[in-house]
Amino acid sequence: MSQLQRELSQHRFVVTTEIAPPKGVDLSAALAKARALQGITAVNVTDNQGGNMRLSPLVLAARLLEAGVEPILQLTCRDRNRLALQADLLGAAALGVENVLLLSGDHMRFGDHPQAKAVFDLDSVQLLQAVSHLNLGRDMADRKLQGVPSFFAGAAVSPGAEPFELMFQKYRKKVEGGARFFQTQAIFAEDKLRRFMDAARPLGIPVLLGVLLLKNAATARFLNANIPGVQVPPELVERLEQAADPLAAGVAIARQQVALAREICQGVHLMSLGQEELIPAMLT
Amino acid sequence: MIISQQKNREELLQNLEGKKRLFLVGCGACATACKSGGEEQVFQLQEWLASVGREVTGSVIIDEACHIMRAARDLRHHRDAVAEADALVVLACGAGVQSISSNTDKRVIAGLDSLFLGNIRRLGQYEEKCSLCGACILNETAGICPVTTCAKGLLNGPCGGMEEGHCEADREVECAWHSIYERLKKQGRQGVFARTVPPKNWGKLRKPGRLKLG
Ligand code: SF4
Ligand code: SF4
Repeated sequence: MSQLQRELSQHRFVVTTEIAPPKGVDLSAALAKARALQGITAVNVTDNQGGNMRLSPLVLAARLLEAGVEPILQLTCRDRNRLALQADLLGAAALGVENVLLLSGDHMRFGDHPQAKAVFDLDSVQLLQAVSHLNLGRDMADRKLQGVPSFFAGAAVSPGAEPFELMFQKYRKKVEGGARFFQTQAIFAEDKLRRFMDAARPLGIPVLLGVLLLKNAATARFLNANIPGVQVPPELVERLEQAADPLAAGVAIARQQVALAREICQGVHLMSLGQEELIPAMLT
Repeated sequence: MIISQQKNREELLQNLEGKKRLFLVGCGACATACKSGGEEQVFQLQEWLASVGREVTGSVIIDEACHIMRAARDLRHHRDAVAEADALVVLACGAGVQSISSNTDKRVIAGLDSLFLGNIRRLGQYEEKCSLCGACILNETAGICPVTTCAKGLLNGPCGGMEEGHCEADREVECAWHSIYERLKKQGRQGVFARTVPPKNWGKLRKPGRLKLG
């Protein structure tokens, strides 16, 4: 059983963060970053995030394990068909990777290879089902596996999306598909988060609140304009704008969110945008 | 209808290299409606070819260029003009071009890019609604196709990029799943939200497609 699964089952407040594989073959910086992390249960390894081509997350995840850092392997439906997805999953299991986060994937239109053919042979719900199936020793064609993986599968959710009911239907399908934990998209509106948690709680699946470090007002504006599903409310943009030390203000905002997560969620997923050294400050 | 548009003249010119005499083919159906390969465009092409020092031996507009036998018949009617030509320039969708190329051993030059199976909003405004997936899900999705009109072709609801009912890939466009949700709600039914849709059976989409009735 992975550390992540164990801690969540023991109702301990879990902290995850994420690392992107390098664009290139030199893993030293990514591994050094991961080793320096403190107070973290597991680290997401992103998969061609935003449609930008990088080294295979499977490789970095395996190297993290060797380095004693527990990975959460992200896998998107954008880049692989069902054969490739299952093949990578089995490969991950064989290398000892247990945590996976299954995603549709950002559209590649805004990535660095916009000419690529998008795959989306499966969607995230169907991929969750496939993983549940693999855990039972069968592939999607119902053929028996030699050696059975035991994935701890997670999924993403955007608690702030409107209409709420439409977003929630998908959330429920993911739970039914076999999601054992959720990491949320960054959400800054407390009322929306509370509404989501009230609806999600009866389903009993742990939710890690996505906490994104706002480095300054420009970052916030960039997120609003460019990152699908992320909205920084005007009053927070204003607060960063007025702050003498914007980064400190950003950390303070993150800290408030972590406090809110301690109250109503089961953990946090920290997105520090390259400022890993500030993670301890975000957690206190 | 198959939506097509003309390749730019520069690209066409490259393909014409070494070809002096040309026979022109247009299509009376889709390419006419798209103003990419109708009578008018064939005429314009002829004028342009003259301006770049080419000779046109003749031309024909085939009723439906995708009709293989009809294309054969029409080419036969223009036997001599075709025989005089070094190559045929076809202003029809890719299917039309291949009706021609399957009926002649001469070099066939495609003058259009075929884009998609399109609905007509009004003349000159076309939208892709169906991508011919071979296993239609419209009965569950209130008549709105997510395979085609969702930028990711998702089958179980919106992705995390939907914002206020708009699509992650193009904020100008409504998220297909938002439209499906709204219309199902109006119809007072659950439709596709009542179950998890299994992975699509792309095996139903036989490639290359073939259908023979009776
Ligand atoms: S589901 Fe969509 S793509 Fe498939 S046949 Fe129906 S309308 Fe066409
Ligand atoms: S926003 Fe809606 S239409 Fe656009 S990719 Fe996501 S689910 Fe599909």
